[in-house]
Amino acid sequence: MMILSGDPPRSRVLTLVLVVIILALAATPFLFPGAKALNVAAKICVFAALVASYDLLLGYTGSVSFAHTMFYGIGSYAIAIALYGMGPNWAAVATGIVVGLPLAALLALAIGLFSLRVAAIFFAMITLAVASAFQVLASQLSWLTGGEDGRSFQLPELLRPGTVLISKSLLGFEINGRILTFYLVFAVSALMILALLRVVNSPFGRVLQAIRENRFRAEALGFRTVFHLTYANCLAALVAAAAGILNALWLRYAGPDTSLSFSIMLDILLMVVIGGMGTIYGAIIGASIFILAQNYLQSLMGVASKAASEAGLPLLPGLLHPDRWLLWLGLLFIASVYFFPTGVVGRLRNPAGGKSAGRSH
Amino acid sequence: MTELAATDPLPKPKRDIAPVLLPVALALLVIPLIGSTSSWLTLTAASLAMGMMIFIMASGLTLVFGLMDVLNFGHGAFIAVGAYVATLVLAPFAASIQADSLWMNLAVLAPAALLSMAVSGALGLVVERVLILPVYGQHLKQILMTTGGLIVAEQTLYALWGPQIIPMPLPTSLRGSFILGDVAIAKYRVLAMLIGLAVFIAIQLVLNRTKLGLLIRAGVENREMVEALGYRIRRLFLGVFMTGSALAGLGGVMWALYREQVHASMSDDLTVLIFIVVIIGGLGSIGGCFIGAILVAMVANYGGFLVPKLALVSNILLMVAVLMWRPRGLYAVTSR
Repeated sequence: MMILSGDPPRSRVLTLVLVVIILALAATPFLFPGAKALNVAAKICVFAALVASYDLLLGYTGSVSFAHTMFYGIGSYAIAIALYGMGPNWAAVATGIVVGLPLAALLALAIGLFSLRVAAIFFAMITLAVASAFQVLASQLSWLTGGEDGRSFQLPELLRPGTVLISKSLLGFEINGRILTFYLVFAVSALMILALLRVVNSPFGRVLQAIRENRFRAEALGFRTVFHLTYANCLAALVAAAAGILNALWLRYAGPDTSLSFSIMLDILLMVVIGGMGTIYGAIIGASIFILAQNYLQSLMGVASKAASEAGLPLLPGLLHPDRWLLWLGLLFIASVYFFPTGVVGRLRNPAGGKSAGRSH
Repeated sequence: MTELAATDPLPKPKRDIAPVLLPVALALLVIPLIGSTSSWLTLTAASLAMGMMIFIMASGLTLVFGLMDVLNFGHGAFIAVGAYVATLVLAPFAASIQADSLWMNLAVLAPAALLSMAVSGALGLVVERVLILPVYGQHLKQILMTTGGLIVAEQTLYALWGPQIIPMPLPTSLRGSFILGDVAIAKYRVLAMLIGLAVFIAIQLVLNRTKLGLLIRAGVENREMVEALGYRIRRLFLGVFMTGSALAGLGGVMWALYREQVHASMSDDLTVLIFIVVIIGGLGSIGGCFIGAILVAMVANYGGFLVPKLALVSNILLMVAVLMWRPRGLYAVTSR
């Protein structure tokens, strides 16, 4: 219980699901051969951490930020630019981390101090504006970021797929640099999620929840709400940037589409809401469901679209086209905000449908 | 305090004039920087026209927030819907658009704009009933719901019209410029300015001279009191929401003609722009929204002329500067 900070899943089914997900992720290189499965697993790890950090903001403080992908992008770009500019060595990795993380935290501090003083609604609008400006900036400063093409780079020797650590003859499968990278991503993501669990169950986390429920009352009790909110914003930004670093390391690439685009922000929002706001565990569930659906259901949509167009139905082929994936996500999103405000985790913990959690004013 | 006799007029509320002077000061300040008077006049006219269009799009957003305490993150969808609907009328009548007769052009443009407003307004009705009604008073859910609505609307537009950019040429008679001496002012910009001013004056008249406007302003100040006096404020909400959506649709048509193209992603870009405008103006304030829109347009035009590199972040810088001065925007209307 120590490792979970005294906040166990509190539902047998939920525990079982979580254990299955984590075991499946840990064993992916051996259970599911092939590059696609490993990619999906790594993406789930990265997004579980990213979504958990967003949950710290949305679920625990009740403030909606649209700048989370910006921090994610800062991490991605920092490591990509460092490795691109300095060559594939560990000094570059260290530089990327040392530059990226503080940059994200500082920017979060500035935004927080600037916009968290007033209403929560201001924060949402200002983060949206800043994030969109950052996105334009990243695509315009092409000498630094590679513009729309992004930056591809090489990893240090140890993490390359060609590096065989344990040959096939010894264990029956090959352990190469790619698998090592996967476990790096897995371990760091797991550590970050555990750390976030620690944060939300600390006295600090309790104050955040108090602010979410009633900011005025929290202030009357003597808590400096701006300090707490800004601190939470910085912590979330740090974890997001770290997740961005992991993502860039895994993809060996950073670009606007993989790390900055508005659709990633929507994905994150959706994962938090599906998984359950204010639970941290919801992030793991939400990320798993969403990314599995994204990778395997989207191809199903293609099949359905083809079938519909062959059957000569009007409109349906367009609506079912894999590119219209977001349309269905949006509908799902509205439905889940409306009908399942507590998400999967909330439902599993309280099958009667506890409508009080995850609500803020 | 002086005694007032019963016959004396009520003391006038203090007028806050400083924000009004802001765009004027900005315009005067850049004259020496730009150098030539003719380019300054052209840029100023461009800013005013762009500002009016942004104002038309943003006015609904700020009113809805002021009256209903609802922040509609999907407001940009009405803009895009308006623009797309206009193409339905403009495409089949391309010939009359090409014709070099102002009346023939307007005979097509006006119905197109009206249809756009009607469709956006009707969509506003649906959105208010389906998405916003269940979540009144819950900011977090409002943001999530309306963001979801924005995605669905945008993707539906993609599904119906396809992902390509649709050209929307300006009518022939609105092309070209009025030449006054060595100053060139595009004809369409003059039209945009006139429509924008008309909308602004109409909103101000309705808000300040009619009973409906009185109720709306009272609702912004204190919703419960208006309800207690027996008015059905829900209806008022719905009416304002639909009007705001219709105006967004009109703004969408005008913006599309200004850019001469339509694309579903315009809702994303413009959402950010109108958010900045309503934040600068002060949430809920029509006057603030008007000044904010002109300021944003001025910074975009002057900035684009003087320091093109800065244009990317100029809006953010403007917002930061204004909020440093007045943390709740130029005119803080609501106490929220």
